[in-house]
Amino acid sequence: MVNTSPFLSAEGVSREFRLGESVVRAVDGVSLSVEAGEFIALLGSSGSGKSTLLNLLAGLDLPTSGAIRVAGKDLAALSSPELARYRRETAAMVFQSFNLLPRMTLEENVELPLRLAEVDRGERGKRVSESLERVGLAARRQHRPSELSGGEQQRGAIARALVNRPSILFADEPTGNLDSKNGENILQLLVDIQKSLGMTIVMVTHERPLAERFANRFVFLSDGKLAGGGAAQ
Amino acid sequence: MKARDLTELALRNLREALLRNSLTTLGVAVGVASLVGMVSLGVGLQELASQRLMRSGLFDAVFVTSPRGFGGPGGGPARASQIKDAKILDEDARQQLAKIPNVIEVYPQIRFAAQVKFGNNSTNTSVLGLPASSRSSGALEGMKGQFFSSAEAKEALLQADFAKELAAPASPDSLIGKELTLRYAERISAPSGDSAAMLGALMGGLAGGISVAPREQTFRIVGIIESDPSAGIGGFGGGRVFVPLATAEGLHTAQPSDLQALMSNEPSKPTYLALTVRARSPKDVAAIEADIKKMGYLAFSLLDAAKGLRTVFTVFDLLLGLFGSLALTVASLGIINTLVMAILERRREIGVLKALGATDADVKRLFFAEAAAMGLAGGLFGLAGGWLIGRALTLGTTIYLKSQDLPSIKISSIPWWLALGAILFAVLVSLAAGLYPASRAAKLNPVEALRYE
Repeated sequence: MVNTSPFLSAEGVSREFRLGESVVRAVDGVSLSVEAGEFIALLGSSGSGKSTLLNLLAGLDLPTSGAIRVAGKDLAALSSPELARYRRETAAMVFQSFNLLPRMTLEENVELPLRLAEVDRGERGKRVSESLERVGLAARRQHRPSELSGGEQQRGAIARALVNRPSILFADEPTGNLDSKNGENILQLLVDIQKSLGMTIVMVTHERPLAERFANRFVFLSDGKLAGGGAAQ
Repeated sequence: MKARDLTELALRNLREALLRNSLTTLGVAVGVASLVGMVSLGVGLQELASQRLMRSGLFDAVFVTSPRGFGGPGGGPARASQIKDAKILDEDARQQLAKIPNVIEVYPQIRFAAQVKFGNNSTNTSVLGLPASSRSSGALEGMKGQFFSSAEAKEALLQADFAKELAAPASPDSLIGKELTLRYAERISAPSGDSAAMLGALMGGLAGGISVAPREQTFRIVGIIESDPSAGIGGFGGGRVFVPLATAEGLHTAQPSDLQALMSNEPSKPTYLALTVRARSPKDVAAIEADIKKMGYLAFSLLDAAKGLRTVFTVFDLLLGLFGSLALTVASLGIINTLVMAILERRREIGVLKALGATDADVKRLFFAEAAAMGLAGGLFGLAGGWLIGRALTLGTTIYLKSQDLPSIKISSIPWWLALGAILFAVLVSLAAGLYPASRAAKLNPVEALRYE
């Protein structure tokens, strides 16, 4: 099947929040398209609406107006269970604060999406090992998040994101809590994944130099609106 | 999410906040234990009561009186219309009653005052005719010696206290096999005549219509019984010497019903104040009672009283259960509190689960599973606790009864329906307690939940 439309597209997407009497428009008429296998960075200062946009693209939140299409599906038209399925099977997410569940071992954290997707038990062990090996943490699978360094935790979170074989990865300031060396390692890992798996990656960051070094393309957001962009490298 | 994964996750979450969840579970357990303890006490007492009453052998009997009579047991004041077409309880009636299906025996109450002579001892007491069916009624449990050898034997059973009195200072057991003499009044029927004149004659000095003569008869003592087999029936009981019913009838002792017969048109024909109809089994009693009422007699059975007793115990159970439920209600508030606290504490976790693709239903089920697990564990521990409470009550009662020289009894009982019901109830209450927290957790906005630190 030949599909000429982009893998992900946002058309005039707005997201409003009501704060008492006033209405805050966090994302204001953003239109954007991302091709399959592309690594795109959303840049902007804090409060520019880039994280809100990412949440909308990742199906964690719904736009007030506008349409978001991923792999031919309009997210706004999906029911709550369908949206959960989108987050489970198509999209995956990595956070600034890693968000590994502290009560579980690394292995169990990585297994969690497979439980939610009702993958067979026999299949799970294989996929967890595969995913942990890809991020170089196979030896630490029995450790709890508190026993891992920040960089290791973020790699663990990436392993969890990859385990259910999504087609698009959303990363919200993945290097925000890491020193520059660990941050670079994480970004290098994302690029490797993009290249070896053909993964589409959308990353939010406020560090322009890093975005320019690792992403294919970057766009700026300011006050919820697109404010230019460019190709990296 | 599959049930097995859900259970694993729920148990893992419960293990993590071990202290708080254990305390909550303990709360449920205490609630269930008090519920089970109280209801088991109610059930045990009910079993005890009905068992003791069934043993008395009175539940397969219907007591029949004539509306024309003086008002026998349960008879009460009869209305004028009833009296008009009512029949007299005479020999014909006795034959008719015996023909009702499932009736094994119909017998009158024969009771008379007699002087008992044994050796140099002589006392006045009442003698009761005992029907053959008393033997199987179970009321003779603990009897020393044996039952009458035949329906018309000249044999007697003694009530234990009376035997003690009679034998003193020797052991009452030594009486068995010995003979005693009964001195009683025999009724001698006179030819029929004007009843008003006869009544006058009776009042004048027991001459004319009915005459009474003293008689003596020797009986062999065959056994000693603890309690009166016919005690408890209105107007019956209180006998201290028992002889076979047919023997008693053959003695033609003067009976209160003779007065009634005297006032009827045929004073020579014996009538009965009351007849006892014994049914094959207690379940036949209701039908027999209805048949007898249709025949125009008053019928009364202790099953009516037992029904009332059951009502009393059901209400008793209900009240005990209510108190137990109160404890469980407090416990369920504990579950609600624990789960609501868990939501506040685990907001971020819920956000992560949702970001990873958990549906609202998954989150809801997870919280439900945790509530159910606490309920199930609490129910099981509570059941064990309730059983222990019952055992302790029984033990305490047994010790007390022993000190009072009474046989031990089981006052608490946990039937299977109570065990199963208690666990089910605990789980249901826990699920109900989890309803609000679970739906609140499920509705949590993932973006806000993830922002929460």
